[in-house]
Amino acid sequence: MSKEKIAVLKGGRSLERNISLKSGGRVEKALAELGYRVESIDVDAHMVRRLKEAAPDAAFIAMHGSGGEDGTVQELLDILGIPYTGSDVLPSVRGMDKVLSKHIFEADGIPTPPFYAFNRDAFQELGAADTLPYIGEELGFPIVVKPSAQGSALGIRFAHNVDELPAALISAFSFDDKVLLEKYVKGRELAVSIIGSEPRALPIVEAIPKTEFFDFESRYTRGKADYVAPAEIPAETAAEAVEISLKTFEVLHCDGFGRVDMIMDADGGLHVLEINTIPGLTDTSLMPMAAEAAGISFAQMIEEILRTALEGT
Amino acid sequence: MARIDFDKYKEFYAKRTEGLRSSVMRDLMAITARPEIISLAGGLPNTESFPAKTLAKVTHDVAMENSAAALQYGPTEGFEETKQNIVRVMAAENTLVDPEDIIITTGGQQGIDLVTRILVDPGDPIIAEAPTYPGAIPSFASFQADVHQVPLDDDGIRTDLLREELDNLKKVGKRPKFIYVIPNFHNPAGVSINLERRLELVELARERKLIILEDNPYGQLRFEGESLPTLYSLDEDDNIIYLSTFSKIISPGIRLGWLVAPAPLLQKFNLGKQAADLCPSTLAQMVVNRYFRDFRWQDYVEETTGVYHRRRDAMLAALEEYFPQEARWTRPRGGFYIWATLPEYLDTTDLLALAIEQESVAFVPGGGAYMDGSGTNHMRLAFCAVSEEKIEDGIKKLAKVIRGQMALYKALKGSNKTL
Repeated sequence: MSKEKIAVLKGGRSLERNISLKSGGRVEKALAELGYRVESIDVDAHMVRRLKEAAPDAAFIAMHGSGGEDGTVQELLDILGIPYTGSDVLPSVRGMDKVLSKHIFEADGIPTPPFYAFNRDAFQELGAADTLPYIGEELGFPIVVKPSAQGSALGIRFAHNVDELPAALISAFSFDDKVLLEKYVKGRELAVSIIGSEPRALPIVEAIPKTEFFDFESRYTRGKADYVAPAEIPAETAAEAVEISLKTFEVLHCDGFGRVDMIMDADGGLHVLEINTIPGLTDTSLMPMAAEAAGISFAQMIEEILRTALEGT
Repeated sequence: MARIDFDKYKEFYAKRTEGLRSSVMRDLMAITARPEIISLAGGLPNTESFPAKTLAKVTHDVAMENSAAALQYGPTEGFEETKQNIVRVMAAENTLVDPEDIIITTGGQQGIDLVTRILVDPGDPIIAEAPTYPGAIPSFASFQADVHQVPLDDDGIRTDLLREELDNLKKVGKRPKFIYVIPNFHNPAGVSINLERRLELVELARERKLIILEDNPYGQLRFEGESLPTLYSLDEDDNIIYLSTFSKIISPGIRLGWLVAPAPLLQKFNLGKQAADLCPSTLAQMVVNRYFRDFRWQDYVEETTGVYHRRRDAMLAALEEYFPQEARWTRPRGGFYIWATLPEYLDTTDLLALAIEQESVAFVPGGGAYMDGSGTNHMRLAFCAVSEEKIEDGIKKLAKVIRGQMALYKALKGSNKTL
């Protein structure tokens, strides 16, 4: 008895292409082991044609960053009538855009570090640079400067004083036309992974980077960060983190799976940084770690994510 | 156990592997292989222009006439005939060499690795140029060399600064195990060491009893100007280890390079090579030797150099036309690369991300050519692997990205007035 045919979409041309190829490769292997028929698609200009030819029962989107995680591929799959894993178009658009999602967090009472957001034009045409000293005073240094729509911590810079802001902004603007300046909250890095048609949280993972923050290198180089799952934090804080994460998932109308990244400050206060609608699935990624801590194998996790797509939740 | 053991092997790794790491740049490079990207990144020889018929003929002849030997192990130092051919190649740069002093390596890269393996204990100082060949850095790092970089300018390594560095080392009772230089059409800088400095280097090595590792993969690829003598040919005191490769004059896929060194060193390199991979590919050597027998190897070098020459001209013209006046770049007289320097506030790794995303053009950020994280406002532009048309288009697009970031920076600096 052969199971459904699943197209695994991976690669693409986002800056996280390599991460996506790794995620996708692992997903394909897991699906094949589970007995699904796998159609592997490295996403390019022929994606739609290849999907039409393959006529899969569902698509597993193992893409990160622009194109795959931002609603673009989801929109195409909707048009083609192919069910897919993870969130629909709207939550994908919102999740990918840190500025937009932080506005939603604030509106819905989800704690998030205070921030200011600008696009290029604000600086080049509206003189926004004059507000930098004010922003420095309001947020206090260091300030974290982030591209709005970029994953894997790419383009994130710390500015320790007002003079460091221009260079940090230039870096962030290399990765997106919209950037945010966010108050730096010192604390522990927690990741809450969410899965299922009835969304539930997996054990919280704490990442303890050996660099200034959980940057690209510490994310993807073995030994550059330590991880603890379940995170060793007070039970009530853990419960609160789960509650906040489920709420975050819900207010954005996410589906299937996702991961909420937050900081726990010295007083146990929680601050949501972002939600990833397609969290990394590589062998050094946080969500697979969380599943394992719950006694769920990678393949089981992948199948559960897939079932939510096939069953059309 | 709550703490996740990502890598159950981590306790097994040798300490020297700590210097080896993954980087953002390597991941960004994965995207440059996509067909829509104009890649000025890869230093890829133009293998398209090597006649397929020639390759077919020589491999066919080797198979029909010498199949058993071609499939067999061979001597560690390589075949006599290969060495004779190397003598001919080196003679084309006016460098006389005794075939006895040659060992064939698996590409020039293995030469760098062997020299470092044989000469460097953990923490030993070596000297390299700043910038240096990024591919040498993992070799240096894996043998835990303490790399001291000496800046270069349009005339190659700054010998005055080299003296200073040697003096500084001497003060703490140290002497570099070797000095690594790329005298011709430097990778990544594109510059060549002038005659005066060549003489000075050779003299310095004699005077202070130093070893120089002369890496010369590009010397034959000269477009203009007089050929300069190799350090090896200037040296009369056995202080130079010479390193080169067939990669640029035939093909990198052949994976054949060579080291020339005085007998005692050569013996150690031979033992090191035995440990690493027993012998160079016999099949590849026989193909090369057959090619040298039946064809005039210089013909292909001349033809392919002509291609690189036109491409360099196209890149220089495009840089002149499109790049902002705040940028500077080198004018190589041969080889593969132009080295561009941008205003200091621009980080070329960030710029690469933007160039790929926005304009589908790629290059190599300069930081990889420095051990200490500096050099982030430089970029290596390879003209070897892309057509003239694409070079112009690529440089034009890249210039647009750079100008955009410069305009943004100016707007951002506006804030300083109000401080």
